Amino acid sequence: MNRRSLLAYGAAAFGVLALTLFIGWWRVDGPGAPEPVAQRPLPLTQMEFQMTDQSGAIVGPATLLGNTSMVFFGFTYCPDVCPTTLSDISGWLDDLGDDVADMNVVFMTVDPERDSVAAMAEYVSYFHPAIQGWSGTLEETARAAAGFRASYEKVANKGGNYTMNHTASVFLFDAEGRFASTIDYHEQREFAVPKIRRVLARAEKETS
Amino acid sequence: MKSSLAIVFSILVGLPSASLAGSEDVVIEDAWARASIGTNRPGAAYMTLRNTGTDPVTLVGLETPLAMMPDIHETTTDANEVSSMAPAGEITISPGESVSLEPGGLHAMLMRLQMKMVEGETFPLTLNFADGGSLTVDVPILGIASRGPEG
Repeated sequence: MNRRSLLAYGAAAFGVLALTLFIGWWRVDGPGAPEPVAQRPLPLTQMEFQMTDQSGAIVGPATLLGNTSMVFFGFTYCPDVCPTTLSDISGWLDDLGDDVADMNVVFMTVDPERDSVAAMAEYVSYFHPAIQGWSGTLEETARAAAGFRASYEKVANKGGNYTMNHTASVFLFDAEGRFASTIDYHEQREFAVPKIRRVLARAEKETS
Repeated sequence: MKSSLAIVFSILVGLPSASLAGSEDVVIEDAWARASIGTNRPGAAYMTLRNTGTDPVTLVGLETPLAMMPDIHETTTDANEVSSMAPAGEITISPGESVSLEPGGLHAMLMRLQMKMVEGETFPLTLNFADGGSLTVDVPILGIASRGPEG
């Protein structure tokens, strides 16, 4: 092998390496990178769905406008995450005290087949009185979840029953319906409460 | 016939023996459960299992008169904040270590409740270990909105 072909091989190898690195960059960090799956929820003003609240009233995204809102998804046949989320939120609301008087706090079911209006009413009655329970038809539930960019899925379990996988974040919106922030499931109260306070304070500043 | 006799014999001999490998050193602390609404929905119970012995112990199953199908389940939340729940299988606790069943993680899922879980009452929950040993705890039932063993 002469020097020339060695050089050629070297250049070719270098080229392959450079191309591999470039493709890697393109797909991971560059323009070819996949969009993050979790998207921001739409503003409430752009959502369209209809549900029934725990008192039997017809409600929808427009019902939430005018006050700061906190919305989360779940189902009442959920033994662990949902009661934990509802009791966490009850704790945040206790900490916030009178500031939550005008806040909308809504628990939307992703399992309307089992969570009737009556079931939601009984369930939310065990938690902070500010927490509402909304349920809709399967179709309206899907429209609501799409607006919030939330996902849910029915999963059979071995008892012949089913459980629901679902987005466990809490979504915060300002009084104009603009998405403000998300509180993740594992977020501690020392972070969650100030987050809610910031959105509430923003609402006060805008109205005064 | 011969083999079934052998099984009966091994059960008779096996059970009362004191040669358990580890499960007698398990200590259960801070057990609690949430009250239920009726009996249609599954219940959940929580506790900490501490292995004070020198051998690893493996929790293989649960039994309770309260529920037909008690099982250890685990809740996980993925990068997109989607929570899901699945049977956790067997749980091994290393010597000197402890495993916590707590909200948002491992929990004793009580499926097919036979009676309502009433706040203020307790129910017995038996934990079965791989070495054949078992341990029964009385689990206090707290309110639905409870966050931990202190209520």
